[in-house]
Amino acid sequence: MNAIASPSTMASRLSGTGTANALELRGVSKFFGALAAMQDITLTVKPGERRAVLGSNGAGKTTLFNCITGDFLPTSGVVRMFGEDVTKFPPHDRIRRGLRRTYQISLLFGGLTVIDNVYLACRGVSRNRFSLIRPGRSDALMHSAADLIDAVHLGEVRDTLVSALSYGQQRQLEIALALAGAPRFILFDEPAAGLSPAERGDLIEILNNLPGHMGYIIIEHDMDVALRVSESVSMMHNGRIFKEGKPEEIEADPEVQELYLGGGFTHG
Amino acid sequence: MAVTEDVTSGPINDRQQHWWSGLSLSSIPAPYWFVGVLMILLPVLVGPFMLFQVFGWALILGMIALSLMFLGGYGGMVSLVQMSVAACAAYMLAIFGDSAITQISLGWPWWIAIPIALIIATGFGTLSGALAVRTEGIYTIMITLAIASAFFYFTRQNYVLFNGFSGFNGVKPPQLFGVDWRQPIPFYYLTLFWAAVAYLSVLYVSRAPFGLALQGVRDNARRMEALGYNVTAHRIAAFVFASFIAAVAGILLVWLNGQVSPGTAGIGPAIDVLIIAVIGGLSRPVGPFIGAVIYVLLRTFALDFMVSIGLSGERFQLLVGLVFLAIVFWSPDGILGLWERWRNRMNATDKLTGEAHNKDGGSGP
Ligand SMILES: Nc1ncnc2c1ncn2[C@@H]1O[C@H](COP(=O)(O)OP(=O)(O)OP(=O)(O)O)[C@@H](O)[C@H]1O
Ligand SMILES: [Mg+2]
Repeated sequence: MNAIASPSTMASRLSGTGTANALELRGVSKFFGALAAMQDITLTVKPGERRAVLGSNGAGKTTLFNCITGDFLPTSGVVRMFGEDVTKFPPHDRIRRGLRRTYQISLLFGGLTVIDNVYLACRGVSRNRFSLIRPGRSDALMHSAADLIDAVHLGEVRDTLVSALSYGQQRQLEIALALAGAPRFILFDEPAAGLSPAERGDLIEILNNLPGHMGYIIIEHDMDVALRVSESVSMMHNGRIFKEGKPEEIEADPEVQELYLGGGFTHG
Repeated sequence: MAVTEDVTSGPINDRQQHWWSGLSLSSIPAPYWFVGVLMILLPVLVGPFMLFQVFGWALILGMIALSLMFLGGYGGMVSLVQMSVAACAAYMLAIFGDSAITQISLGWPWWIAIPIALIIATGFGTLSGALAVRTEGIYTIMITLAIASAFFYFTRQNYVLFNGFSGFNGVKPPQLFGVDWRQPIPFYYLTLFWAAVAYLSVLYVSRAPFGLALQGVRDNARRMEALGYNVTAHRIAAFVFASFIAAVAGILLVWLNGQVSPGTAGIGPAIDVLIIAVIGGLSRPVGPFIGAVIYVLLRTFALDFMVSIGLSGERFQLLVGLVFLAIVFWSPDGILGLWERWRNRMNATDKLTGEAHNKDGGSGP
């Protein structure tokens, strides 16, 4: 994972992190018409913290991500990133501050090759987004793009069109796009959904190998995966977070067990 | 879009040593050599009328349609304001430079008047783009159409600056290096040069990070935001680039016609530019030029043709319309689409654009 944590970028990230929370949501709600997709969410995530968000279908997990990234503006509430109020920021400004995300349903550039997809991601968080100079062999971003591709085990399909990749490979690529540049905090939206057991193993390995300062929130239906990659868990239901705790506590919680065994969770 | 994927996927995975290596002479495929040499030798092959009125005009219209193609094909934004941008440059040159309307024209030297005209027209196009890019699809078309018609009516009603209905005549290119640039052969080479510059720069930009990102915005604006791109800024920047090309074409247009009037900026011409781009094909920058040649040939000879088969000559627009209909009907991606499907069967690789033609050449998402 050298591509993800070169020493220089790590230093700049660490100095920027300070003592502020990576993420802080205060009373964030999101209504779609009369539907409360997310209600009065208050959430604090420390730098480097790895948290799982669990909840049934339609609980509001993806909506939570969309409000954090700015894909949706929340109906009310405040979102702070690394101490800065970003509630009204457009997504690209949050991304440039170190936030990254993956999508539950892959949003890739099917008409481009794998390397071009990752190159676009690297370019997006660098300067010179408007550059008119074509990248050459010595292009640093091209190097980091190639390294990222290796890091998610897609080296063999580097020059393949994304539309020709298998589902699992597209999910890996989703992750590579989120690791571009120098992420400080990543939102993974059900990265394991639809993966084979072997691919799940790869995913868990990739997540566990991320540099320690790189925090994330992972939405995961599969308890086993969630518990192996996170140190804290938030349970969502009907647009609210109703329980937070360590993975063991959550697993042992009778209320959670009832919801879980009572069919509240569907494996996605 | 299968067609544009070819354009973007080539250069980066080639991992070129130098940015210019894709343009080295040995890599230019035969058809480009052929067309290039043909265009250069054209003055010995055709007469001054064909050179000036047909090919000169076609190259200029091709440039304006190219600016539309850049926005539409790479940016997914259909702009009907490109003809107005060209007309704006033409007007500004007439106002700041020389014309027969001496009470308005300032008569400044060409090396001041041309840059001013280019800057104002590019600014006008950029502003239109800034208004249009916050919308999508049909709304972009409607906003640019509204701006185009507003510009048309403004030029027609404003006498102080635009000299109203009659506009400006007597606008001539400067006598530079002892050449009268309005003579067919010099003018042809002048337009050919600028058309080639415009064509190559679009080709080049489409594969530079800026162009690649623009195509990313076209295919998936939301993801591009989530990768750190300011989608709005990228779209506006595309308008800057496209408007500049249209503005250069506008300067050449006013020299070709010797005049500019509200008719230059009318809704008819604005839509003709769209038709040209669609006839030729929006997938590659050569399309607009193909479309422009067909359009100009039709405009020039349809009348004679109609009369010769015993129809009223005034109905030449009908023929233009029918040809447009036929092309769109048989090939939604224009002449280029027909050509590409034929080439696919030949299984050739195009080295200049880095395109492999053995892929599916169809259109659609
Ligand atoms: N753009 C939208 N417009 C209207 N309603 C929406 C929109 N996005 C989400 N919703 C609704 O908000 C609620 C929460 O949706 P969300 O996608 O956040 O759920 P989720 O927890 O991610 O579910 P899943 O596990 O199925 O992904 C659902 O009822 C959904 O229908
Ligand atoms: Mg979801």
